[in-house]
Amino acid sequence: MPARGWIEVSELYCKGCELCINACPQNVLKLDMEHLTPKGFHPAQIFQEGCTGCAICSIVCPDAAITVYREVTKKPMIAIGGA
Amino acid sequence: MAREMLKGNVAMAEAAVRVGLEAYFGYPITPQTEVLEHLSARMPELGRTFVQAESEVAAINMVYGAACTGARVMSSSSSPGVSLMMEGISYISGTEVPAVLANVMRGGPGLGNIAPSQSDYNQAVHGGGHGDYNLIVLAPSTVQETIDLTVEAFDLAEKYRMIAMILTDGSIGQMMEPAELPEMRPVVRKDWDWATNGAIGRERRILSSIYINPPLEEETNLRLMKTWQKVQANEIRYKEYYLDDAEFVVIGFGTAGRVALSAVRAARAQGIKVGLFRPIILNPFPYAAIDELAARASAFLVVEMNSGQMLEDIRLAARGRLPIEFYARMGGIVPFPDEVLSEIRRVATTKLSTALHPRDAWLERFLAQSER
Amino acid sequence: MTTLAIPENLVYSRPESLTPVHNHYCPGCTHGIAHHLIAEVLDEMNLRERTIGVAPVGCSVFAYNYFNFDFVEAAHGRAPAMATGIKRLLPDRNVFTYQGDGDLASIGMAEIMHAAVRGENITVIFINNAIYGMTGGQMAPTTLPGQKTTSSPNGRDVETAGYPIRMAEILSNMDGAGYIVRRSLHDPKNIRLAKKAIRIAFETQMHGLGFSMVELLSTCPTNWGVTPVEALTWLSDHMIPAYPLGDFKVSEHVAAIKL
Repeated sequence: MPARGWIEVSELYCKGCELCINACPQNVLKLDMEHLTPKGFHPAQIFQEGCTGCAICSIVCPDAAITVYREVTKKPMIAIGGA
Repeated sequence: MAREMLKGNVAMAEAAVRVGLEAYFGYPITPQTEVLEHLSARMPELGRTFVQAESEVAAINMVYGAACTGARVMSSSSSPGVSLMMEGISYISGTEVPAVLANVMRGGPGLGNIAPSQSDYNQAVHGGGHGDYNLIVLAPSTVQETIDLTVEAFDLAEKYRMIAMILTDGSIGQMMEPAELPEMRPVVRKDWDWATNGAIGRERRILSSIYINPPLEEETNLRLMKTWQKVQANEIRYKEYYLDDAEFVVIGFGTAGRVALSAVRAARAQGIKVGLFRPIILNPFPYAAIDELAARASAFLVVEMNSGQMLEDIRLAARGRLPIEFYARMGGIVPFPDEVLSEIRRVATTKLSTALHPRDAWLERFLAQSER
Repeated sequence: MTTLAIPENLVYSRPESLTPVHNHYCPGCTHGIAHHLIAEVLDEMNLRERTIGVAPVGCSVFAYNYFNFDFVEAAHGRAPAMATGIKRLLPDRNVFTYQGDGDLASIGMAEIMHAAVRGENITVIFINNAIYGMTGGQMAPTTLPGQKTTSSPNGRDVETAGYPIRMAEILSNMDGAGYIVRRSLHDPKNIRLAKKAIRIAFETQMHGLGFSMVELLSTCPTNWGVTPVEALTWLSDHMIPAYPLGDFKVSEHVAAIKL
């Protein structure tokens, strides 16, 4: 059973550069073409199931726009900035 | 402390040490290398910072970084090296941090020579670097005055958060005279509220000279102007000799002023009613004092070791109210008192014309004389 | 799935050492990756309050807006000299410069070389993207042969403009250097390796083990004329052969540091 993860992309920082979409091993990300950030970008978002909380998106994000969560199933993991 | 025989450059360096110089960054260049060499021994001996940088460009930028920490920092150079520092001087001025610099002037332009001159007056006083900024420019004429002005330079720089420059020349830098150094004071690293020394338990700070948004740059420019007005109001410094009953006045700074003093004394002994006005702080310039003198003197005789740079500031203050005569030696030559005395006698006995610019009149006379 | 968004499940969040400010870098520019790696390392080492950064002139001239610690702004190329002045007066602080290829390898060549020669205990983060970004895409000393830029419109001609310069290799020759490496920011694996290198570089400084530099191969999608994702491929296809990744100087004392 793969880990279950979730990300939040901040509209304050995301520039729709698509580096996260390109890097996501689970292909769960795409640009939200229906929506613009205050700066006028289409932000990235999760659009389907399958995020494992691997945090690769946050590693490649140039704007540190992504907060990553992963369901704890065993003992707690403490990760400070980028696993 | 007792008086001792001190070389100008060494006295300047040691005076800085005595008032808490924490860091010196420099590069060898004649005729000021003794400053670097003296400090290369003294600073490590006292556990303070000394770096011989790879160039004057690097040295001034090390000064810039060190100044941002709030420590007392200095560099020194001579004319061509000071040209290299102009970028850094503009940045330090735009960032509003204090530092002390010394220019031991030599013959120029270009590589020039290693003999004394005063030809960097314009560079120092009228802004050699880009942008609207000022340096406080101090012009000693003796080794003792060099010591005293160096001590003051650090206080002035910190008081106004700007650069104070000691503008001297190869003659004063190299000569040895009896002089007295101040007592050694402990180093005090002040906790300025602007210093970038690590945001421990406080909001972080930025020190920069970039204001990409023009209204903010204008705000900075206005602030610099207001600071300068304070300096102008408080830091006028000059010395007057034999002016009470003087009919005409010789004006000179630094070594030229010192040579002129000998000539003025000799002239007085011959019964000529001449006086001397010697600016000590060149920027801010003592316009008001010159203005007053211009109202009552019959002529000025400006003596400089350059092509007439302070001359223009004198003319500005005099506003055409009296004839202004000029005498100069350039190229690293120091005029003898005899030469200036000769000029004083000429001014005292000749009907002066205001037809030519004083510089052109001097050049005509000078070239004619050389041809004989 | 949003029920997963609880503190116990937090794997990554924006580091403390970054200010909550939207940065001006082009979308996809790897400056931003370098920034968050530096910020994460400083958070992990608890060095934020003791760090002083020196910003260059280049795209990252406003770097001081994005980091939450003391920062100064240097003249173009002069950051290593400024950092020298700061570090000599504040030897227990963490002083680093952040410089691009024009700043470090062109106008600042004397300053970077001599900082390494003197073995200054500063850290240099060198962003090499083979072009001048801020001024609109001119040739850099690191531009590749044949690469078209606005000042080499027919491609860099080695006959007249010479060959690209490899700074990590050059500086690794200085006895005063303790840690000189080159990494890349083009994929997650290399970004992880870059972060580790940045960590070791700051550790080198904190242990007083000499000059440290991490050269980071970076992208410039705007001036290379490609998309952010295409730029990553351009980097790996063209830059890595010219600028090999690896460790060029790791002194034995640095190698012995236990993280």
